Amino acid sequence: MMTTVANEHVPVIDPAPVVIRAEGLCKTYRMGDVDVRALRDASLEIRKGEMVAVMGPSGSGKSTLMNIMGCLDQPTSGEYWLDGTATSQLTDDELATIRNKRIGFVFQQFNLLARTTAVEQVELPLLYAGASQRRKRAMEALARVQLTDRWHHRPTELSGGQQQRVAIARALVNDPAIILADEPTGALDTRTSEDVMAIFQELNREGITVIFVTHELDIAEHTRRSVRLSDGRIVRDEPVPVERQRIARRVHEAPVVAT
Amino acid sequence: MNFFVTVRMALRALGANKLRAALTMLGVIIGVAAVIALMSIGRGIQASIQGQIQSLGSNLLFISPGAQTAGNVRSQAGTSPSLTYEDALAIIDTGRVPQALAVAPETGGFAQIVSGGKNVNVRVTGITPDYEQVRNFHAIDGDFITRDHIETRALVAVIGATTRTNLFGDGEAVGQVIRVNQQGVAANLRVVGVLEPKGSGFGGNQDDVVLVPLTTQFTRLSRNRTSRGGFTVSSVNVQLMDETAETANAAVQSIGDLLRERHRAAQDDFTIRSQQDLLNTATQITGAITLFLGAVAGISLLVGGIGIMNIMLVSVTERTREIGIRKAIGAKRRDIMVQFLIESIVVSVVGGGIGIAIGGGGASMLDGISFGPGPKLMTIVGLDAILLAFGVSAAIGLFFGVYPAIRAARLNPIEALRYE
Repeated sequence: MMTTVANEHVPVIDPAPVVIRAEGLCKTYRMGDVDVRALRDASLEIRKGEMVAVMGPSGSGKSTLMNIMGCLDQPTSGEYWLDGTATSQLTDDELATIRNKRIGFVFQQFNLLARTTAVEQVELPLLYAGASQRRKRAMEALARVQLTDRWHHRPTELSGGQQQRVAIARALVNDPAIILADEPTGALDTRTSEDVMAIFQELNREGITVIFVTHELDIAEHTRRSVRLSDGRIVRDEPVPVERQRIARRVHEAPVVAT
Repeated sequence: MNFFVTVRMALRALGANKLRAALTMLGVIIGVAAVIALMSIGRGIQASIQGQIQSLGSNLLFISPGAQTAGNVRSQAGTSPSLTYEDALAIIDTGRVPQALAVAPETGGFAQIVSGGKNVNVRVTGITPDYEQVRNFHAIDGDFITRDHIETRALVAVIGATTRTNLFGDGEAVGQVIRVNQQGVAANLRVVGVLEPKGSGFGGNQDDVVLVPLTTQFTRLSRNRTSRGGFTVSSVNVQLMDETAETANAAVQSIGDLLRERHRAAQDDFTIRSQQDLLNTATQITGAITLFLGAVAGISLLVGGIGIMNIMLVSVTERTREIGIRKAIGAKRRDIMVQFLIESIVVSVVGGGIGIAIGGGGASMLDGISFGPGPKLMTIVGLDAILLAFGVSAAIGLFFGVYPAIRAARLNPIEALRYE
């Protein structure tokens, strides 16, 4: 169930620091004999604490942009700065460290490891970070997505929404500055989507920059800014009108009285 | 990344496909078990041959005549009638070889032996009483050859345990008369003793022998004489006072000097070998056998290793998506590589451990089994063979795991995530 309310939270006072800056990103894939230009001269700036929806039809370059922003991929030309660091000069291992510590990924297909319990899934990024107190921190992350009671369940024993919440816990366990979500509700029903969106909004209120890829308008309305891509170009970049912004509510919680 | 966590992860990944992991392991198990078993058999052969050489009596030197030379043709060593009974006696009597305790010259040949209705072909060896001490070969029934027998050229014989059974079955042997026919020279000998059983060795069954006084062999059973009129012997065993290499070397030197003087030959017409020489030769030969057996088994271990590599490559392909996920959440190349390497090492080390148990157990079960009338099979499971097999199997896991692991580590995260 979704409600449209005026957003009285987080008035923009001082411009927050820029965490993501893309300048003239181009990405060309070679598929067989054809060059596919997934991104053409895309430029973008996202500040700390923003919640942004990246929209567009399939093949418009949304996922490519996400992959570059998430340091999974490198642009063919153009430059991408994350926290002021130009990523084109970084090695594979430095990019891996950024993915591990600065960025949390959430995927449409959850991308959990098979035969691995929820808490172990969440521990993985900590493991690669060489962190201590992994079990405790993983349990805390699971608590934030309200899955404490499911910590020892494997993906096959969890519903879609629960799997996505495990994936979110995994994304936020290393306290990333940015969460990148590629159609996180694409495989979920409306009710569960609402639940997942509520978690994202909560994380955003805590100061984490959240960026979505989606092609569902009502999902995009859970954010405050939407960036529209078409044929690899950014064709529109505008705030979501205040009257359309939605606040999601956690369905499994006692109803919260809207303020 | 934490080592134990990685091992647990590897075990879980292997547990996901137990049959496949077990079959992959089987290759290593068979290889390692074969290496252990065959090397144990090789070691057993080595030990049993060494034991036989040592059972000849310790601290021995063996003198044999040189090769006969006719014109410029040199024939096989030991064929020249250059070594005599008198040479043997001189080693002790002249006092020039203080290291020598006793000498046991011997000579003989195969002879037809008839007793009652039985007719057997046995090696007849002429010996002196010192043979008993030098070769550590005693009579269990009756007496050994005595000094009196030598001096009187007595028509007596001491027979081996097998010969006794062949001729007399379970009946009494001592006191019986046997007719010995050696190349046309025949004599009737009275059996005075039966030897203790010693088992087979090289040179045939040591228990199928007939020992006669050396002088009897010379005068009543053959007509061999040197050009100088002495009795020729086919070999002289010299017992030394101790087992040290210095004693052996000094004795070889003194005996050599003495014989060269006595023979006045331009070239040495004799060969002196110490027991150590025999042992060294035998060790070399059996070492080569062990190595050969190990190498044959090693091939199957290699095949097992290739099996690991094959399965690891399949596993990397199957788990492309998993690798993509891990990379997306921050796994470095090294993390992925270590993960797959540990998986292959776990397969090979666990397989190696099981193989060692099977190979060692199998070898122990074979220990003491006899095939036919020959000597019993002896196996020795050496700690070095176990450590070697274990080390090799771990190395194989590492070696054959490296390529699949590198392939996994190099995967592009986006392509890996897209992989269906």
